Amino acid sequence: MKFSRSLAGAVAALAFSVFHVAAFAQQPVKIGMSMPQTGALGAGGKAALLALQMWVEDVNAKGGLLGRKVEFIAYDDQTNPGVVPGIYTKLLDIDKVDLLIAPYGTNVTAPIMPLVKQRDLLLMGNFSFDANARIQHDKWFNNAPWGAGALAWGGTFLEAAKKLGAKTIAVMAADAEFAQNLCTGGRAIAKAMGLQSVYDQNYPPNSVDFSSIIRAVRAAKPDAVFICSYPAESVAIVRAVNEIGVGPTVKIIGGGMVGLQFTPNMEALGPLLNGFVNYNSYVPEKSMDNPAVREFLKRYEVRAKQAKVDVLGYYLPPYNYAIGQMIEQAVTATKSLDQKMLAAYLHKSEMKTIVGNIRYDAMGEWATPKLVMAQFRGIKGKDVDQFRQQGKQVIIAPAAMKTGEVVPFDKARN
Amino acid sequence: MPQVAHPAFLVMGAYATYVLAGYGVDPLLAGLLLMPVFFVFGLGVYQFYYSTFEGRGSDQGLRGIAFFFGVAFIVQVGLILVFGVDQQLVDASYIGTSVEFGEMRIPKRMLVAFGVALALTSALALYFSRTFTGRAIRAVAQDEGALRLMGADPVRIKRWAFGIATATCALAGALLIIVGPVDPNVDRLYIGRTFCVVVLGGLGSMSGTLVAGLILGIAESVVLTTAGTAWAPAVAFGILLVVLGVRPAGLFGR
Amino acid sequence: MKRFLIGALAVLALAASMPLIFHNEYFFFAGYVVLQFIVLATAWNILGGYAGYVNFGSGAFFAVGAYTAVALYKAFALPLGLQILAGAAASGLLGFGVGMLTLRLRGIFFSIATIAVAIVLETVVLNWHYVGGAKGLPIMRPVETPFFASHTVWLFFVMAALAVLAVGAARYIETSWIGRGLRAIRDNEVAAECSGVPTLKLKLGAATLSGALMGAAGAPYAQYLSFIEPASTFSLNYAVNALAMPIIGGMGHWIGPVIGAVLLGSVQQIVTVTISSEINVLVVGVMLVVFVVAAPEGILGLFRKLFPSRKS
Repeated sequence: MKFSRSLAGAVAALAFSVFHVAAFAQQPVKIGMSMPQTGALGAGGKAALLALQMWVEDVNAKGGLLGRKVEFIAYDDQTNPGVVPGIYTKLLDIDKVDLLIAPYGTNVTAPIMPLVKQRDLLLMGNFSFDANARIQHDKWFNNAPWGAGALAWGGTFLEAAKKLGAKTIAVMAADAEFAQNLCTGGRAIAKAMGLQSVYDQNYPPNSVDFSSIIRAVRAAKPDAVFICSYPAESVAIVRAVNEIGVGPTVKIIGGGMVGLQFTPNMEALGPLLNGFVNYNSYVPEKSMDNPAVREFLKRYEVRAKQAKVDVLGYYLPPYNYAIGQMIEQAVTATKSLDQKMLAAYLHKSEMKTIVGNIRYDAMGEWATPKLVMAQFRGIKGKDVDQFRQQGKQVIIAPAAMKTGEVVPFDKARN
Repeated sequence: MPQVAHPAFLVMGAYATYVLAGYGVDPLLAGLLLMPVFFVFGLGVYQFYYSTFEGRGSDQGLRGIAFFFGVAFIVQVGLILVFGVDQQLVDASYIGTSVEFGEMRIPKRMLVAFGVALALTSALALYFSRTFTGRAIRAVAQDEGALRLMGADPVRIKRWAFGIATATCALAGALLIIVGPVDPNVDRLYIGRTFCVVVLGGLGSMSGTLVAGLILGIAESVVLTTAGTAWAPAVAFGILLVVLGVRPAGLFGR
Repeated sequence: MKRFLIGALAVLALAASMPLIFHNEYFFFAGYVVLQFIVLATAWNILGGYAGYVNFGSGAFFAVGAYTAVALYKAFALPLGLQILAGAAASGLLGFGVGMLTLRLRGIFFSIATIAVAIVLETVVLNWHYVGGAKGLPIMRPVETPFFASHTVWLFFVMAALAVLAVGAARYIETSWIGRGLRAIRDNEVAAECSGVPTLKLKLGAATLSGALMGAAGAPYAQYLSFIEPASTFSLNYAVNALAMPIIGGMGHWIGPVIGAVLLGSVQQIVTVTISSEINVLVVGVMLVVFVVAAPEGILGLFRKLFPSRKS
C-alpha cells in the first residue's frame, strides 16, 4: 500500500516535471477559496474540498487551463463568518488568485458578498441559500440545485404536510443567515397554504440543549414541524426528539436540517433518523441515478477512505466537482480569465456537469430547481453501507423524481 | 485568589473525559479517575502561582488576574488546536434515553448529573465542616494571620484547597459532557455561571452555593421558555451584575 | 509637549504618505489592525495600567462602538466621522457605568463584572434584529473615497489619527495631576482618598475616557470588514489583546502599550498570513503569561534594566 502510493507519487512527479518544462512554463492559474474544515460545517466542507481537489488533479492531468497549471489555495474558516472577509482579502491581495470559489454554506458566504460586488469579481457559489438576494451581484453562480427563493424547498415539504392532513405547524430556526432566509420563506408559503402557526421559535446558533424547545413543541401539539438548522443543532434536535418525544400529533418533521446528509452524522444517529423528512441534493434512488455521478462517486469513495472524510459523498462532492467543471467549460470557451467575459458566458450558456445540465437565471441560481425531499425509512443499527441501498431515503417530492409516498412520522418510527 | 481559569479547567476536564471515553471508559468513571490527576495538577499550578506572585509579593492583584486570564486563554486555544472547534460528545447507556412519568419524560443523563452533583456538594460540605483541613481552608480565607498563629501553614492549606477545587473540575467536566456536547468556547459562559452561583450564594457558604445554583437553574429555564432561548446566556450575568452592585456579600453571606 | 506634537504630526504625515510607498492593499488591511490595537491598548492602560482596575470586557466597549456606528449608518447613512463620535459617546457612557461599579467592586470582582457586562451586551445584540442579530449584517462601503486610493487606505488613515489622539490623551493624563491621582489609587486607594485625592471623580473620568477611546476604535470596524457579526465583534481576543499589549509593553509609560501593540499586532498579522489564525491567538496568551511571570515590568522594564542610566 505504502509502496504503491510512493510509486504513484514518483510517476506523478516524473510526469509533472516533463509537463512542467513543456506546458507549465507560464504562471499557474490560481483558484482560491476558504472552506469550513472545522466547526459546524466542517464535516461537509472537508468532503466538498476533496471533490474540488479531485477536479484540480483531473484538469491538470489534461494539461491545465489555457495551457497553464491550476493551483488551488484553500484556507480553513472554521465556519466562522467573522474571519471570512479577512481570508478573501488575503486571497486577492497576497495570494493574487485569478478566480474565487465561495466557501460552503450561506452563513460564511454572506460576509464576502459586499467585497466581491465592490471589486466586481466572479464568485462561484457553494450551496448557499439566497446569499445573493440582498446584494444582487451579477457575477454570482450557485452550484446548489434549489433555485432562488424558498418555493422549491419549503413548498415541497409543506405540500407533503398538507397531504398528510396537517392543519397546524410549528417552526424552529437557528438565528443565522441560512436558517432565517429559509424559514422566512417557509412561513410565507405556510400562511398562503392556510397552515396555522402554533409555535415559532428562533434559537441562537450552536445551541446544544434542545430539550426545553422540544417540550414546548410537544405542548403546542402541532401537526407539522418545520426545522431550519445547522449540523450540530440538527444532530442535537434529532437526539432530543428521540429522548423527549414530539407527541402523537406530529405527522411530519424536518425540512431544512443541514447536516443530516453528512455520512458521519447519519452513521452516528442511525435509526433515530427514521421518519424525518429532509431536503437533499442527491440520494441513491432509481430516479436520480446517472452514470456520470456513479463514476465520480466510485472514484471519490477510494479517496475519501484515504482522507478519512464522508465516505458516501452524496450531498456536496458531486456539486463541488461541478463547480470545477463549470470553471473549466467557461475558461476554455472564452479562452480568458476575464471576470466579465466568464460571467457573461455562464449566464448565457448551458453548463454541462456530472450533476446534469445547468442553466442560470438572472440571480445566478438554477433556473430549474432539482431539490428533493426524502424520508428516512427502515434504518437499522449504525452500519454505513445500508445508506447505499434504495428505499432508505425515499424521495417523496417533487413529483418528477418521486420514489414513494410520505408516511406519517410515528408510523415510520415503528 | 483571582482564579478566573477555573471554568477553563472545567472544560479541560470535559475534554479529558472525552478522550478517556474514546477508549471505552464510562464517562462518569473517567471523571472519577481524572480527579487525582487534576488534584496534582492543581497543586502544581498553585505552587507556580505562589512562587511567582504571592511569594515574591509582586503586585499580585493585577498581574495575578492577568496570569490566570492568560492561562484560561491558553487552555481554550490549546483545546481548539488539538480538538478543533467542533462539538464533542460521549456515549453511555444513560445518555439519550429517558425515564417516563406519565406525560413527562425526563432524560436519564440529567438525573445522573443531578445525583452526582448533589453527592459531590454534600461530600465537600461535610469535608469543610468536619475535618481539620476543611475548616482550615475556610479559615484561611478569613484570617491568614490567625491561622498561622494556630500552627497551620496558610500556603500549604491554600495549595490543598486549590488542588481540591481543580479535582472537582474533573468530575464536573465529566458531568458537563454527559449532559450535552462540549466545545472549547463554552468556558466563557461558565465563567458567568460559576461566579454568579458563588457570589449569589455568598463566598464560602456551601449551602448558599447549592441554593444559588438552584435559583440560577430555575431562572435560566424560565427565561428559556418565556423570553426565548436567545436570552438565556444573559441571565447568569445579569443576576451576577445585580448582586455585585446591590449586595456583594450574596444572599447568605455574613 | 511641543516635541510630542511635532512627533504626532510626523506620524500622521507618514501614515498619509504610506500609499506612495506601499501599493499592496493588504498592507493597509493589516496595518489597520495594528493601529486599532494601539488605540485599544492605550485605552485599556488608562484604567488598567494607571488606576489598577483590570478590564476584561474591552471587546464589549469595542463592539458597542461598532454597533452604534452600524445602527446609525443603517438608519441615517451617517458619515464616518459622526459614526466615530457617536460610537465613542455610547462607549464612553458604558465606561461611565462601569466606573460606577468601581464604587463597590475592586480587584477580581471588578474584572468579573466587566465580563458580565460584555456577555449581557452580546446577548442584547444577538437579539437586536435591526443590526442583523446573530446572523450578522453585510455592509456596503461607500463607493467613492475622495483623496484616497481606496476605502481601506482611508480607514487606515482614520485609525492612524485615532491612535495619535489616544496616545496624546494618555500622555497628557500620565504627566498631569490626573495621572498622579490615578497612580495613588492604584497603590493604595484608601490612603489616596484620605490624602484628599478625588478618587471617585478620577476613576469615573478614567473609565469614561478609556471606554470612549475603545468605542472610537470599534466604530469603523463594520466598514473595514464590510460585514459585522456579534461573535467576532465581541470576541475574547480583543479583551486579551487589550490587556496583554500594555502588560507586555510596560504599563507605567504611555509608550508601553504602543510598543506592545505594534509588536504583538505585527507578529499576529504575520502569523495569520504565514501560518494560521489559530496560532496567532495562542501567541498572545503565551506571551502574556511569559511576560507576567518573567518580566512583570514589560519590555520597558527590560529596557530600563539594560540601560539603567536612561531617564524616563
